[in-house]
Amino acid sequence: MPLLEIRNLGIRFGGLQALTDFNFSLDQDQLVGLIGPNGAGKTTVFNIVTGVYCPDEGDIRLAGKSIAGEKPFHINRLGIARTFQNIRLFGALSVLDNVLIGFNQSVTHGFVGTLLRTPTYQQEERMHEAEAIELLRTFGLLDRLNDPARSLAYGPQRRLEIARALATRPKILLLDEPAAGMNPQEKSELMGLIALVRNKFSVGLWLIEHDMKLVMSICQRVTVLDHGETIAVGTPAEIQEDSRVIEAYLGKPQPA
Amino acid sequence: MAEQTLTPTMLHPGRIPIWVANVAILILIAILWPLSNAFDKYLDPYFLDLLIHIGIAIILAVSLNLINGITGQFSLGHAGFMAVGAYTGGVLLKHYSPQGAQLLVVFPALMILGGVVAGAAGVIVGVPTLRLRGDYLAIATLGFGQIITVILNQIDSVGSFEFGGSAGLHNIPIVTNFFWTYLAVVICVVTIARLVYSQKGRPFFAVREDEIAAAAMGVDTTFYKVAAFVIGAFFAGMAGVLSATVSGNLDPAGFNFVKSIEIVMMVVIGGSGSITGSIFAAAILTLLPEYLRGLESWRLVIYALLLIVMMLLRPEGVLGNRELWRTRRKLLVPGR
Repeated sequence: MPLLEIRNLGIRFGGLQALTDFNFSLDQDQLVGLIGPNGAGKTTVFNIVTGVYCPDEGDIRLAGKSIAGEKPFHINRLGIARTFQNIRLFGALSVLDNVLIGFNQSVTHGFVGTLLRTPTYQQEERMHEAEAIELLRTFGLLDRLNDPARSLAYGPQRRLEIARALATRPKILLLDEPAAGMNPQEKSELMGLIALVRNKFSVGLWLIEHDMKLVMSICQRVTVLDHGETIAVGTPAEIQEDSRVIEAYLGKPQPA
Repeated sequence: MAEQTLTPTMLHPGRIPIWVANVAILILIAILWPLSNAFDKYLDPYFLDLLIHIGIAIILAVSLNLINGITGQFSLGHAGFMAVGAYTGGVLLKHYSPQGAQLLVVFPALMILGGVVAGAAGVIVGVPTLRLRGDYLAIATLGFGQIITVILNQIDSVGSFEFGGSAGLHNIPIVTNFFWTYLAVVICVVTIARLVYSQKGRPFFAVREDEIAAAAMGVDTTFYKVAAFVIGAFFAGMAGVLSATVSGNLDPAGFNFVKSIEIVMMVVIGGSGSITGSIFAAAILTLLPEYLRGLESWRLVIYALLLIVMMLLRPEGVLGNRELWRTRRKLLVPGR
């Protein structure tokens, strides 16, 4: 049984069938890509999986348990974390606080403990701070820890989003265009970082990305969407040869 | 791996140890009683009254800050919550008029009851308006405040409990003194400050910053929004009970939207999200009208000008989101 299994997923927005019969599976330690032209429905898939939208058809199973239609916060607690295409950090809060918020669900002390600052509270606070520091160090953000998140440059903001998502201790991490807007050097650093996340945190990674070089070099499998339909599934090499994929991206050759 | 051993440790330079803070709070509460007695004896009643009004304003501003500034749910109904508490306290106190030592038990119980009833009103307002954002929420909460004043204007009495209707409720026993007011201030400020700057409380800020991202981080945003309304309303109700027995008079018109806006101004001028800022702004905006007595009819003009200048020069408020007691965290990196 795969960790994440999606069967016959579909959603309509009014008259528009945004996603049709989408099937997918992901296991721990896997790194899988989701690509497709603009408007193909990639982010829609992520939004359904993370509970932002409720699917009209199909089922999503996490470790065998159906999670379709659950609330976003609940899905995160069950083990799916994500980043956003348009960065959504807590801008006015410090870099450290952004990561610490990710630990909110693993807090065990109660309201009274919070008010009295009991030893349990202090111990947990120290523990989470240490974990946050470890995460920030991994992502090279340690020297900015007191700065408001919005003061970071674009690349570091993307890295902070990944760090924050990992603080929720996910089993599966969805990355929505993590390399968007990055320069080539930042991109190659990001590739190293994604590999590191996979090894160090043992999460299943699912990645939407437009940068083909990045997708082809790090993903084990790739799903290609076009107009809400799955047009190809396979290894990067297979995808690159697929005529429907080439057609979706470049168009049909005109009959002479 | 050598790198593993070099994990930096978090330092909080300048932070007061928690046990010192706890002891300080207890000492503060312990000296309130003798301090209150001394004030009753030696302080000019006018200044003592002013101090009490400042205390009530602090509770109102800090509790509204939790809703407006920290959780980012713009509410214009805070005077409504205050009214609910004020009438709960005022009506019961007048009806039963407890005497002497009884008050030592009855009054704190009344403050809690006023808070609980207002908190229940917070649920009633919070739950249906959760889907509303920004201006829509402001209008809905404004409506709530108006409904409360209209109802209080209409009710003359319920059974043998006198409400006073539009003429107001008068001759309520005067109980509020320095002790009760500042006991409530300490409890309110400590509770809210410790709550929001804790691991359980950080999500309040996250909801303000980005609701979708907060939910994606496992934050139950609905819970936190309702919690902000309930806790904020609870303390507003407490402030209401105190205000009911300052002069012994209650007037529904005293809880209209002008009062709500006054509290919003304290939060905005002090700095949305800064508890320290709310405390200072509450004190200053309570004192200011006293010194502007001579200008009477120009008071509101000066208020409005102050707000305009503030928005132009320092839209984030005097203190922004800083707190007096919060220090920057530093890292101790071994071997560096």
